[in-house]
Amino acid sequence: MPDLLLELFSEEIPARMQAGAARDLERLMVGALTDRGYLFEGIKAFAGPRRLTLAIAGLPAKQKDVRDELKGPKLDAPQAALDGFLKKTGLTRDQLKIEKTPKGDVYIAVIERAGRETPHVLVEIIPELMAKFPWPKSMRWKPGLSVRWVRPLHSILCTFDGELVPFSFAGVSSGLHTRGHRFLSEGKIEAKRFDDYAQKLRAAHVVLEADERAAIIFEGVKQAAFVHGLEMIPDEGLLAEVSGLAEWPVVYVGTIPEEFMDVPAEILQTSMRTHQKYFSLRDPKTGKMANRFALVANMIASDGGKEIVAGNERVLRARLSDAKFFWDEDRKHSLESRVEKLKGIVFHAKLGTQLERVERIEKLAGEIAAKIGADVEMAKRAARLCKADLTTGVVGEFPELQGVMGRYYALHDKEDTSVADAIRNHYKPVGPGDAVPTDKVAVAMALADKLDALTGFFAAGEKPTGSGDPFALRRAALGVIRILLENKLRLPLAVDGDLLSFFADRLKVALKEKGVRHDLIDAVFGLGHEGDLVRLVARVEALQAFLKTDDGANLLAGYKRAANILKVEEKRDNKTFISEVSETLLSEPAERALFAALAKAKSAIAPLLEKENFAAAMQQMAALRVPVDAFFDGVKVNADDKRVRENRLNLLASLRATLHQVAEFSKIEG
Amino acid sequence: MAKASTFQDLILTLQSYWAAKGCLILQPYDDQMGAGTFHPATTLRALGPRPWNAAFVQPSRRPSDGRYGENPNRLQHYYQYQVILKPAPENVQELYLGSIRAIGLDPDVHDIRFVEDDWESPTLGAAGLGWEVWCDGMEITQFTYFQQVGGIECDPVCAEITYGLERLAMYVQDVEFVYDLKFNDQFRYGDVFHQAEQEFSAYNFERANTDILFQHFKDAEKQCRELLTGKKLPLPAYDQCIKASHAFNLLDARGVISVTERAAYIGRVRALAQACCEAWLQSPMGEYKPRFG
Repeated sequence: MPDLLLELFSEEIPARMQAGAARDLERLMVGALTDRGYLFEGIKAFAGPRRLTLAIAGLPAKQKDVRDELKGPKLDAPQAALDGFLKKTGLTRDQLKIEKTPKGDVYIAVIERAGRETPHVLVEIIPELMAKFPWPKSMRWKPGLSVRWVRPLHSILCTFDGELVPFSFAGVSSGLHTRGHRFLSEGKIEAKRFDDYAQKLRAAHVVLEADERAAIIFEGVKQAAFVHGLEMIPDEGLLAEVSGLAEWPVVYVGTIPEEFMDVPAEILQTSMRTHQKYFSLRDPKTGKMANRFALVANMIASDGGKEIVAGNERVLRARLSDAKFFWDEDRKHSLESRVEKLKGIVFHAKLGTQLERVERIEKLAGEIAAKIGADVEMAKRAARLCKADLTTGVVGEFPELQGVMGRYYALHDKEDTSVADAIRNHYKPVGPGDAVPTDKVAVAMALADKLDALTGFFAAGEKPTGSGDPFALRRAALGVIRILLENKLRLPLAVDGDLLSFFADRLKVALKEKGVRHDLIDAVFGLGHEGDLVRLVARVEALQAFLKTDDGANLLAGYKRAANILKVEEKRDNKTFISEVSETLLSEPAERALFAALAKAKSAIAPLLEKENFAAAMQQMAALRVPVDAFFDGVKVNADDKRVRENRLNLLASLRATLHQVAEFSKIEG
Repeated sequence: MAKASTFQDLILTLQSYWAAKGCLILQPYDDQMGAGTFHPATTLRALGPRPWNAAFVQPSRRPSDGRYGENPNRLQHYYQYQVILKPAPENVQELYLGSIRAIGLDPDVHDIRFVEDDWESPTLGAAGLGWEVWCDGMEITQFTYFQQVGGIECDPVCAEITYGLERLAMYVQDVEFVYDLKFNDQFRYGDVFHQAEQEFSAYNFERANTDILFQHFKDAEKQCRELLTGKKLPLPAYDQCIKASHAFNLLDARGVISVTERAAYIGRVRALAQACCEAWLQSPMGEYKPRFG
């Protein structure tokens, strides 16, 4: 079956948009074709610095024929209804069929549309798709036309089954030609089929596929590093970006001048990455950063890359001079002396300056430190200095180095190592892959930093919404949860209201990955007095294990039955059954047995919960299963005697209350 | 192709290159401004339907970039070479690459790249899409397709090419310290400008009289508004807008404008720029006929 080839050739497409554009092109085309009844064998989209390409294999030469039957008015309907139907279908009365239905005879219009030739369909859908292409940012460039593309569009290549598909967009008519690499090829290239196209482009120094460009770069950097006895410091984000900046990536290695090698590695690496898009290399034996970098050019230079390397080294020298200048200047002033300057930095309009924030964190970090057995003075010291690096030149230039630089400057100021480490680590964890701090001083700081942000922003009404979380509060809450759980910290969360339910939601997300059921978290949170996350999780885990047992599942069923009966009867009587069960009113053996079992369980469970022996508490509950089942088998709750009935309802309420010591069973699903 | 060996050669090469491509070679505008974009030959001529191709050197003042003559490449006064092409020719990237070849940067041995960098001037209410052009990892040019100026959509769209002359010359001459650039065979850049950088840094950061500058700002704003009422004089009015903008930049360098005030001042300049642009479009050389909504 025939194939489609489409290439949209433009001026340089921003690297960050390329992958998304390939996905969008594929998605829109699949949508447009399936809407028109097409099935095809395969589709693949490619994006690079100057082109978007789409190849579809096995696309039928004709659209499927369509036969639609349209039901019209009844035979005895007024003439106007029939006229309207004829107008709508474009048929005459003779062409209508008549069909018998239970409601009488009706007119049926049979509309047959022969499938159109595929090129005719393509001519229609491609310009339409281009006109609504969802570029994150696009521009006008043709005088008098409001059409937009990411950058000026220069040519369109479009063939179906090796033949031109003629259409135009933004005044550009489709053709059979494209161009190769901007500098490594000359003239136009004609292509009618994908294989030929890809092959010719490769000969013209264009690698079509982003993954292949990334692989070339990855291998190239690895090899180049190896030659120097080094290894690359992996950087996925950078790899993806540079893959979008070269049609024919070539790796060259340059040298970092010795004079910069005593600047902290993080500064060098960040400067090279952010400004220059270079890969850093390291010594595989020591793990230390090496004085070499790998750069990715879009050029096989005729001098073997001499000028390119020399030029890049020169640029880097200027960049690193700036960075080193900041590093040297920054160390002339202690962090302590910088704290006052935080007065001039607004944290958030409603939450004051960074200095005010530091003062809050200082207080909170001290309180937390006392509770978790960290050195209070050290925690307060670290808190006082934790944001001071925001006023330094290096952090001004590279905001992502906040904390990292604070640690360097603190060490330079001869602060305690633990204080310095806490300054760096208080931002942790910065993402799901990042480790949580474990040193107690850092833990106190990290918790204080995040809790202050969370309580502050919630109080200021800046809660995250479905689509937006500009202050990264979800990450902060998840950070708090992970720090508490992974360090097994017994520190009750002193939060309430919206923030508490926000934490509950984050906790569900965090525990979901570990296979913990969200309804059980709700059930335990539902108790309302559990702010200690470590205990909460232990309780949830014990409960989950218990519900997996036969006893657990049956007891839950018994609970639900009891709860349902209570719900109905409490509504009927318009009261809640919470009174003591009268032993003298118990007549049936099954209810006496349940009463005894409940009394025993109740007194046994409380001290076990107290000791946090949740597994044993569950064991006690398991013992209730048999008497509960027996009760429902042998006892009629709604006895004729009003007092007996109420007593039995009170007995069920007592069961409910007993189970609610452990969790809000009503919130458990299943 | 020989490399432009001096600073003035570089300028002369660009002048003859763009002259040969049909550009008007204009002279710098005689007002202090932060960038070539402020030149009325760019801001105002970018608007309206009339074709316009011009190239010029524009001395650019960025008071807060002053470093007392000590930084290897930061200057409070430097030169931009600006090319404005309206409508943007289809082959504008090729034309640009021709100019790079002309000054002696051979794309066969260098790595020339167009890296996304959209441009925006909040003071001019202007924005465009484009790139910074990299040569071996060094940004040598800003390349922008104007979409909007003075808050008004550009149609036709023009291309603006801005070369940072000192930086480009440093690259071509293989010089690390801007003051070491050969201006011609006899003089260094430092011979011409080093003392000026020292003195103006002191003026910008320490000595500029802020009361006078605040007054300048107010006066320029007032005069600009007056010139746009009654019989409108967009060109003189726009001069006042430029003056207000520069007074603001100086006040900013003096550190007397707080973060919140800053946005308000920028908004005031933008309002002037917009009013000037609107008046320009109603003037004979502006003749704006909207073609789409």
